[in-house]
Amino acid sequence: MQLLYENLEQTVAVILFGIGFTILLLQRNLIRKIIGLNIMDTAIYLFLASMGYISGRKAPIVVDGVTEVSAYINPIPAGLVLTGIVVSVSFTGILLALTVRLYRRYNTLDIDVIALLAKGEDA
Amino acid sequence: MSKRRSDWQTRPQARIRKWFQQGFTALDDEIINQISQQTIQQPEVSQMMEAQREAMDTRRYERSLALERLERHELQAWVRTRGRKAIGRVYVALALAMAVLMIFFLLETVAHMPRFGDPNAPVTNEVTERYITRGVEETGAVNIVAGMILDYRAFDTLGESTVLFIAASAVLILLRIDRRKDGTPVQELIAAESDDRHYEPRADRILQGSVMVLTPIILLFGIYIILNGHLSPGGGFSGGAIISAGLILYLDAFGFDKAGRFFTYKTFAWVSFFSLSFYALAKAYSFYMGANGLPSGIPLGTPGAILSGGLIMPLNIAVGMVVSCTMYIFYALFRKGGL
Amino acid sequence: MSLVHNFPFFSILLCMVAGIFSSMLKKEAAKWVTLSVSLGVLVLSAFTLHLTLGLDDNYPFMMGHVPAPWGNEIRIGRLEALMATGVSAVLFLSLIAGFYHAPAFVSEQKTNLYCIMVDLALAAVLVLIYTNDLFTVYVFIEIMTIASCALVVVRQNGHTLVAITRYMIMHLFGSGLLLLGIAMLYGITGHLLMEPLGIAVRQLVLTGQYNGPLTVVIALITAGLAIKSAMFPFHGWAPDTYAFAPPLSSAILSGIISKAYIFVMIKFFYRVVGMELIISQQVHQFLFICGVAGMIIASVLAISQRDIRRMIAYSSVAQIGYVYMGLGMGNTAGVEAAVFQMLVHATVKSVLFLSTYELINVSGDRKRFRYLHGAGYRNVPAGIVFTFAAMSMVGIPFTGGFIVKLNLAISGMAFGGWVRALVLIALAMSTLLNAVYFLHTVVSIYRRPTQELVYPAVDPMPRYAAAAMLASLLLIVYLGVGSEPILQVIETGLKTFS
Repeated sequence: MQLLYENLEQTVAVILFGIGFTILLLQRNLIRKIIGLNIMDTAIYLFLASMGYISGRKAPIVVDGVTEVSAYINPIPAGLVLTGIVVSVSFTGILLALTVRLYRRYNTLDIDVIALLAKGEDA
Repeated sequence: MSKRRSDWQTRPQARIRKWFQQGFTALDDEIINQISQQTIQQPEVSQMMEAQREAMDTRRYERSLALERLERHELQAWVRTRGRKAIGRVYVALALAMAVLMIFFLLETVAHMPRFGDPNAPVTNEVTERYITRGVEETGAVNIVAGMILDYRAFDTLGESTVLFIAASAVLILLRIDRRKDGTPVQELIAAESDDRHYEPRADRILQGSVMVLTPIILLFGIYIILNGHLSPGGGFSGGAIISAGLILYLDAFGFDKAGRFFTYKTFAWVSFFSLSFYALAKAYSFYMGANGLPSGIPLGTPGAILSGGLIMPLNIAVGMVVSCTMYIFYALFRKGGL
Repeated sequence: MSLVHNFPFFSILLCMVAGIFSSMLKKEAAKWVTLSVSLGVLVLSAFTLHLTLGLDDNYPFMMGHVPAPWGNEIRIGRLEALMATGVSAVLFLSLIAGFYHAPAFVSEQKTNLYCIMVDLALAAVLVLIYTNDLFTVYVFIEIMTIASCALVVVRQNGHTLVAITRYMIMHLFGSGLLLLGIAMLYGITGHLLMEPLGIAVRQLVLTGQYNGPLTVVIALITAGLAIKSAMFPFHGWAPDTYAFAPPLSSAILSGIISKAYIFVMIKFFYRVVGMELIISQQVHQFLFICGVAGMIIASVLAISQRDIRRMIAYSSVAQIGYVYMGLGMGNTAGVEAAVFQMLVHATVKSVLFLSTYELINVSGDRKRFRYLHGAGYRNVPAGIVFTFAAMSMVGIPFTGGFIVKLNLAISGMAFGGWVRALVLIALAMSTLLNAVYFLHTVVSIYRRPTQELVYPAVDPMPRYAAAAMLASLLLIVYLGVGSEPILQVIETGLKTFS
């Protein structure tokens, strides 16, 4: 427990990941599934971002020409999170577009019902 | 003849299931009898009987099709009600168990990860050191993160812009409603437009007035964020998102007719085409020069000045344009399937 | 550094730029651009292969002006060049054989968007083959996922939409696991490039530090890639997606794209964690069991299908099982056979999907077996191609499939006890099951059609499509007859991997 408390950010991130995962598996509503996916992704970004932080140091923007390692936090996770966010925005866009298509066709958001209706189409 | 008939009614699974249910019905017995008798009669069949049997076959085939349909219907009903509940419960239990197990393992892992905020964690190594100590002189950007993503690890960022582009294309495939060849709209487009007109805000004085004040400020702020990407927090992605927010706000207040005067589908296509190809070709040039050990000849400027950082500012502008156009087109496509 | 050294980079750039330019092109122009891009990549990769065969080791290519631990880089060796050549050759032939029926699935105004997807999918596959950086792997895997989603969903009926929703959910879950794994690995080593990562991981194993997280990382990344490549228990998304997609897209998806994930996994095993650690953590046994189970169960499921496309989709899952069985043996011979199987399966499966489409097309667009009777006479080239490809799937000598099974059996013989027994039993059973369902299909396409069915007249398939399919057949036979040099390249290439 003590160890977990020291890594509080990462602990929270991992629990959020699990919550997102559970939403993804259990919800039948497509919009909720997408929200679950987003929670999962955001949890990973929190995890990544927490990795780069170093206590007492500043954001990696060089001020007054100070270029010492001990002055700034790690810049790499920030860049990775930036990339990851763009990727998840793209995915959310596509999934929502799919949802719009499915809803226009079947007038429901329940994935199981949609699957059944699709199966019945060619009978 | 009879050997060829292995349709839905007479195949083994169906017969076994029948037997399980309540034994064969009179109809089934009759069908089976007919088949076995036909096999015996096979050697001497007249033309007449052949035709009769064909007709019978067809009838039986049709009946089996109807039954099949009925069965599928029943199955669906079962799945919808009791079956769904039963399967659902097992599924929920399994999923929960899996999630709890996963959280447990991940927590166990987190407990053994490097401590939060530890200056001696493994991530603080020679890579970080070079980015911080020599980043400014090598990239010319004061913002080390911008220097890292647009110079040191620029290939990832090129991929990232491509992700955005390909996502926009995928949403176009999914949602764009095309006109017919002669330019007339298809039914779906008419429906989408009327739907949109229904929900579109009518000329609202308060909304339009505040948007008139807000949009220029938002756009200006977005441009500031993009242009200062190498000097302060921000850059192409965040600035582009802000600009697109301003554009979407304008669109919402004034409607597609007015927004269409300066932003059409063609604008989107050309802007994203030019910025992305500029991005790809500029980066290709610098990759090629770098890998072959040639000087790239791009001046880095004085760190901290607005014209510094070599390619970083033009790249940020390109990324900003792509992002703002993509977000705007996402919105327009979701609203009515096109601009 | 000579000009040829730049060719892999040029091929990646060519695909990306072609994808961006295709957004402004008209339908026919975009098709021609895509075709010539795949041909260009084939030529460039062939030159690269020729170059790397003359080198002893692989060589790095900096993506930028700073070397490895700081900047991105790609690393080119003979195995990578071989894979790139194979992939682009298969894509080129599939495009010739499959592009002409695009109007049946894609609306005219969206054809250029379809071409963008093909271009960028090829770019992503090339990057995954060449790259040496784990985060680049993540970004380009996402590009590949989106591209394949769009490739399927150009045909907008209920089935594809439902299938692709499943596909996206599974794949995004896989991406999540992969990214979490990469993040953790970065957290305990501080590197993203594969070589420094490999050194750091070996250091960690020696000192015994962070060994728990390391195991979890391996599990996460392996699971993520396994989900994405349709390994057996995670194959749920695959059959529907492959079956309902347009045939060209199915060929690209199951032939080319699923291989890139496995190639990344092999790279991860060899370069980052090292095969010794994989074996000591028992990861390979998990893959082995899944592979064997997939070979048998997916084949049984394939037999029970009544739609020919779903049958082929399930057989695709079974064939991925072969790859994982080879990978799971953990010895070099097994991995070699797995890589060879990737090449063979890419060729065979793409041509199978395309010829199946032709057979269905001449049967009035009906997919059930009983309507396919006589399809082999109505379209003779497609029938021949299907028969030969099926023979390769079963593993008749002189085809690629035979060499794969032979090599898998040989590498299984290196073990004792239950592994050897399991390999042999799995191979025998899978061959038997393959024979059952492919024989059934081949017999039914050459059977006299039932009288009551009327088959509408369709345009015969163009000569060039038939020629491309026959060329793929030649490739299959070449893989079966002239496999020795290719196996040699794979063997020496794997040595430069670690």
